[in-house]
Amino acid sequence: MALLQLSEPGMSAAPHQHRLAVGIDLGTTNSLVATVRNGIAVCLNDAEGRAMLPSVVRYRADGGVTVGREAMQAQTVDPRNTITSVKRFMGRGLRDVAYIESTPYDFVDAPGMVRLRTVQGPKSPVEVSAEILRTLRQRAEASLGGELTGAVITVPAYFDDAQRQATKDAAGLAGLNVLRLLNEPTAAAIAYGLDNAAEGVYAVYDLGGGTFDISILRLSRGVFEVLATNGDAALGGDDFDHRLFCWSLDRARIEPPSAQDLRRLLARSREAKELLSHASEAPIVCTLGSGEEVNLKVGRDEFASITANLVKKTLAPVRKALRDAGMRAEDIKGVVMVGGATRMPHVQKAVAEFFGQEPLTNLDPDKVVALGAAKQANALAGNRSADEDWLLLDVIPLSLGLETMGGLAEKVIPRNSTIPVARAQEFTTYKDGQTAMAFHVVQGERELVSDCRSLARFELRGIPPMVAGAARIRVTFQVDADGLLSVSAREMSSGVEASVIIKPSYGLTDQEIADMLKSGFEHAGEDMGARALREQQVEARRLAEATRHALEADGELLEPSAREAIEHLLTELETTAAGSDTGAIKQATAALNRGTEDFAAARMDKSIRSALAGRNIDQLEV
Amino acid sequence: MSVTMSERAAQHVSNFIAKRGKGIGIRLGVRTSGCSGMAYKLEFADQRDDADLTFESHGVTILVDPKSLPYLDGTELDYVREGLNEGFRFNNPNVKDACGCGESFNV
Repeated sequence: MALLQLSEPGMSAAPHQHRLAVGIDLGTTNSLVATVRNGIAVCLNDAEGRAMLPSVVRYRADGGVTVGREAMQAQTVDPRNTITSVKRFMGRGLRDVAYIESTPYDFVDAPGMVRLRTVQGPKSPVEVSAEILRTLRQRAEASLGGELTGAVITVPAYFDDAQRQATKDAAGLAGLNVLRLLNEPTAAAIAYGLDNAAEGVYAVYDLGGGTFDISILRLSRGVFEVLATNGDAALGGDDFDHRLFCWSLDRARIEPPSAQDLRRLLARSREAKELLSHASEAPIVCTLGSGEEVNLKVGRDEFASITANLVKKTLAPVRKALRDAGMRAEDIKGVVMVGGATRMPHVQKAVAEFFGQEPLTNLDPDKVVALGAAKQANALAGNRSADEDWLLLDVIPLSLGLETMGGLAEKVIPRNSTIPVARAQEFTTYKDGQTAMAFHVVQGERELVSDCRSLARFELRGIPPMVAGAARIRVTFQVDADGLLSVSAREMSSGVEASVIIKPSYGLTDQEIADMLKSGFEHAGEDMGARALREQQVEARRLAEATRHALEADGELLEPSAREAIEHLLTELETTAAGSDTGAIKQATAALNRGTEDFAAARMDKSIRSALAGRNIDQLEV
Repeated sequence: MSVTMSERAAQHVSNFIAKRGKGIGIRLGVRTSGCSGMAYKLEFADQRDDADLTFESHGVTILVDPKSLPYLDGTELDYVREGLNEGFRFNNPNVKDACGCGESFNV
């Protein structure tokens, strides 16, 4: 007989209509699945009672696939077919994958996303992730005794469209219905029930195995909003292990050991680090291949001092995120700790000192993201009463915009806008009789398109011929709740339309996003100058073109000497505009404007004369 | 007439109520639905209705509405583990036949 769970009052499900929903933390190193059972979010364990599934997939020569701990153990004997940290390759092209030479894999450069050559043929990161998700789905279905209605899967706040879409594709391949992709920090805040807490601004400090993320969230009227995110894609708990490992090499006065010794000593260092979260002293004992004995003791304070600068390194992104959010440390109402590395007492102490308050640490930092995702999945599947409804808002990490004349980036949706969001902006034609318009969608903070990332291009055709500036083309940017972008353009008088959904091409790494943001700040002055120059050049070209057109049409109105003077100014302007002296271009533009005043007046007279020719005064509409 | 709970079930219920942070006990009931006539209701209880019958079992309050009681009389609520799955089971002596999965039943 089916086993029943306690429901909220009035929410008992009809037989065979249980809405089983889970939250999945699809991590770089470990993945977890959680659900709300008897009103409480819990992680679902495997048959051995373990919640964490190592995110490792092994493709065996016999055609089978193993996932998790068993696959991890095969890593040393079968490194090529044992895929670890596949999350780093999600939605990435070959050239986007950092440290490619340090991985043992045989990469195949495929359009859009890399493939990894295995004994079972090339596998895309989406397929590998799907194996992990499938294992978690099977575990969940065995634990809950039924088919899943849907899942909420968490992604780093920094994940771009390509990476989010790849995650969704992997879920689809694993037979999961994705209720929503949820940003990891938001999930952590939900796990702590901050959604029921007092309104205010909260910080989520996430120090994982290999990455650090800080997010600033605001809760108002029961709605979460991510104000800012920042981080360091190459800083995590592993660096602390490595510091301790280097310290023990130094203390034991041994040469850099063989690969096998290195792994052993590194493992002992990690164990010592973990022990130091509870104990004041930990041993590092290891027999090397040479028979040499390493026998060291490390104290908590010693460990804290050799890793102090790593802890300090996390605080720089924290400050930046606060600045982006327009907040000070004392404005933060609560700090949530996520990631196993936040168990280290000196990390907690540094965070407490920075924010002037004790961080929230009572939930397991390894599970907190999955637990929050489970709570959200439960709500989305309709298992919560209506009066408890809440919404979640996330934020886009980099500004989205369009290329305009002169290679300038026009921001349509600024960075840190909450999603879902839709913004429209009107553009017009540049030339008389223009019937098509090309759109180039870009992402980034810089003023010039060449410094931003290109996301997509599309064209709007069939614009009715009109004079320049008369067409009204409304471009709408829409980012859905999962952070996926669609852009559409519509000519308002004729209704012709074109649109594009930003299907992932290449992803950006956290580091690249961070770099793009940083370069946006660093080059602010330079960019302003560049924008001014481009704008002046566009103006100069527009004027030159108009003048040339006028000369062709009505050149006979001019005395040869006057015409020559204008042509001289025109050439002058065109030469100057090719250069990069904004002031000079401005002057030359003004000079041509002045020099053509009489000509413009003469043309005006002519057109009025021709309009009036042969008509009586009473025939004119005044 | 009475409804009881195994000690193990009571422990789990107390634990769940404590973690939930509110609730005076649990409510058991039946309603007509499902493929075999009746279905169980198993919910947290935040308040007692005037007509409710109250039972105490291992320190946990069980509320049952009077219309449900005849169907539940003599029932013991248990908490069991089956492989990875775990949850509550109604050991109800009134049940004559149940649907294959046991989610709905006939008396």
